[in-house]
Order: sequence, then C-alpha cells, then structure tokens
Amino acid sequence: MSAADNACVESTQAGLADEVWRALAEIPDPEIPVISIVDLGVVKDVRIEDGTVLVEFTPTFMGCPALESMKAQMEDAIRALGAEPEVVVVLDDSWSTDRISPAGREKLRAAGFAPPAPRSAGTPTLIQLERGPFRCPWCGSTDTRLDNVFGPTPCRSLRYCNACRQPFEQFKTI
Amino acid sequence: MRRVSAPARSRTDLLLELADDELVLGWRNSEWTGIAPFLEEDVAFSSIAQNEIGHARALYELVARELGTDADAVAFDRPPEEYRSAPLVELRRLEWALTIARHWLYETADAVRLEALQASDDAELAGIAAKMAREEAYHRIHADMWRDRLLASDEGRPRLEEALEELWPYALGVLDDDLRPELVRRVEEKLGRAMPDAEPVSRGQHEAELAELLEEMTMVRRSAPAGARW
Repeated sequence: MSAADNACVESTQAGLADEVWRALAEIPDPEIPVISIVDLGVVKDVRIEDGTVLVEFTPTFMGCPALESMKAQMEDAIRALGAEPEVVVVLDDSWSTDRISPAGREKLRAAGFAPPAPRSAGTPTLIQLERGPFRCPWCGSTDTRLDNVFGPTPCRSLRYCNACRQPFEQFKTI
Repeated sequence: MRRVSAPARSRTDLLLELADDELVLGWRNSEWTGIAPFLEEDVAFSSIAQNEIGHARALYELVARELGTDADAVAFDRPPEEYRSAPLVELRRLEWALTIARHWLYETADAVRLEALQASDDAELAGIAAKMAREEAYHRIHADMWRDRLLASDEGRPRLEEALEELWPYALGVLDDDLRPELVRRVEEKLGRAMPDAEPVSRGQHEAELAELLEEMTMVRRSAPAGARW
C-alpha cells in the first residue's frame, strides 16, 4: 500500500471508531436509563483491529445483572453500522464512579440520584457516610442522613433529606 | 506486603477457594431475602449476596478459561467434596446474631486476603482483587455497623459474643497460616479483648449443609436438558 492508501485506511478507521462512539452514546443504562453507557464511563476503549470493532467494557459492579444486556446492545449497535463487534469485558479496577461524565452527573442529579463523591475523598467509611456532606438532589441541602448503605441496586445507597423531607438515592463511590 | 503463601496450591485452586467462598456465602446471605428482621436488611443482605455471587462469577470465568470449560460448569457441576470453600461460609444458621457474627468475621478475613492479593505479582488476579475490594468496603461498613449495634445493647452483646466464640475456629479457617495473625489482631482490636486459641476449622473438610445447599441450588440445572438457555 502507498502512504496515501495507508492514510486513507487510517482515516476510515478513525471515522468508524467515531461512529461507534456516537452509536454507543445512544444506549441507555438498563437500570438508570436517564444516562447512556458512555456517560456512565463503562466504555473504556473502541479500536478497529483487522476490520473488527473491539470494545473494552468495564462493568460497574461485578454482579451487575445488566452486564449481558449491555454487551448485547453494544454488539447490535455495532452490527447496525455494518461492522463486526468484539466486546471484551475488562475486570480490573479501571472503572470508577469518577469516570461518569460531567453531563452524566447532571442527568443523574436531575433524575433525583445524588451523584457519587470523588474517589479522592478516600475509601468510604461508616462515619463518612453518616456525617459527610451528602447533598440532596431535590433541594440541595446537605442536612441528610444515611438510611441504608444498600438500595434498589448495589450501586446506590438510600438517604433521607431532613430539609425537604424526601428520600433519595445516593450513588456509591467506587 | 505479604503474599498469600501457597506451597502446594495451583492458581486454579486459589481462584476456586475465593470463588467458592463467595458463591456459598452469597447463597447463604440470600436466604435472608424476604425474611430478614426488617425491610432494609432484606435489601442489604440481598445486595451483598448479589455482589458476592458476581465476584464468584468473575473468578469462575478465569478458572473456566484455564480448564477450557465454562463458568457455570465450574460453579455447579462439581461434587460437594471438590468445593474449596471454607466451612465458615457453609454453615446454615438462620439466627441473627450468628449471621452478623459470620458476616463480620468473614468480611474482616476477606479484607486481609484481598489486601494480600492486590499485592500479588499476578496482574490479572491483583486487578480483580482490587475491584472486589471496592465493593467489599460497603459490606464491611454494613457488618461493622451491625457489630456495633449489637454490642451496644444489653440483649445483643451477650448473643453476639456467644456467636463469635462459636464461629471463631471457623473464621480462622478462612485464611492461610501467614495471614491469620492479622485477622486475630483486627478482631481483638475491635472487640477490645483477646480471642481464645483455637484449632482452625480449615478448608478441605465440609459441613453437611454444603451438600444440601448444592443439591437445592443445582436442582433446576440438573433437571434441564444440556444446552438449555435461560
């Protein structure tokens, strides 16, 4: 191949990768459909290798029941672009709630889920969960209390706002 | 950091120890779903069970890749004597003080084990251990909260202390010799007293409840034709 051909292949591949990212950004999180899996930060990488679209996917919680469904939706979206998908599940510490995009955090808040505190705030402790300044997504008050470390899904805790007297769900920091 | 020392143990066996502990305890924790003392605990024990079984699934995937089979086959198709779970997780005691005692002892031991594994020179195992540790931190918060809650009440304290005495030899059996002193240190520090010297109830021996549990939990799989999809 000439240098010009090579450049052409590279730009086509970059174009396909961009298309894949855009398509994946349309897939809602199965449990919290207000944000997409791209906003959630679980798509670690998209690469084109030998004509195959390789997606590195980092699940949130290891026992997430939506894992298979997310994988299948990603594969369908890539096939719809006329490409062959390979979704690789990466099980290491590389996904963190810090990877949720700023837009994703706003969407969570608007839907009544308090976004997670940053990982840099340290490993969570009971004292921190009980006394930390967790902000109510409804009224913005930090006068809130921990009701339950666990909630409707493993990624959320239940809190109660003493100011507006509403329960709300707090994303755990992972 | 110490390594998990395993003189005559393969990587597969080490993975199976972790996976079997998490699967069996996940099943045991899920027995509270619907019948815990109050709704928050139904939710908590169910979520913890879901996490533990998720960890087991990931670890079984690694084992399956080594053995050239699939994770479900590793998880469900072995005879009870081939499981490598610690007897602590096999016990079936639907009693709250014993449940909290096991929960706290296991999570404390598991933290010691995961810290050691995160320092492993096996990058894949260290990565999974790091991810597990993030989730286990919340289990530990829950267990610590219940330990303190029971210790703070006149009825709870003697019941929890009695349960801890009963389960202590089992808790010692979760860890290898080199990690055990750290478990003793952490438990004694929290309780503010010395724990008795006890002979660990170690892996390799099984409680009768394990066979009953496996019989029940693999019944549907065994009754389905090969290749059935759910």
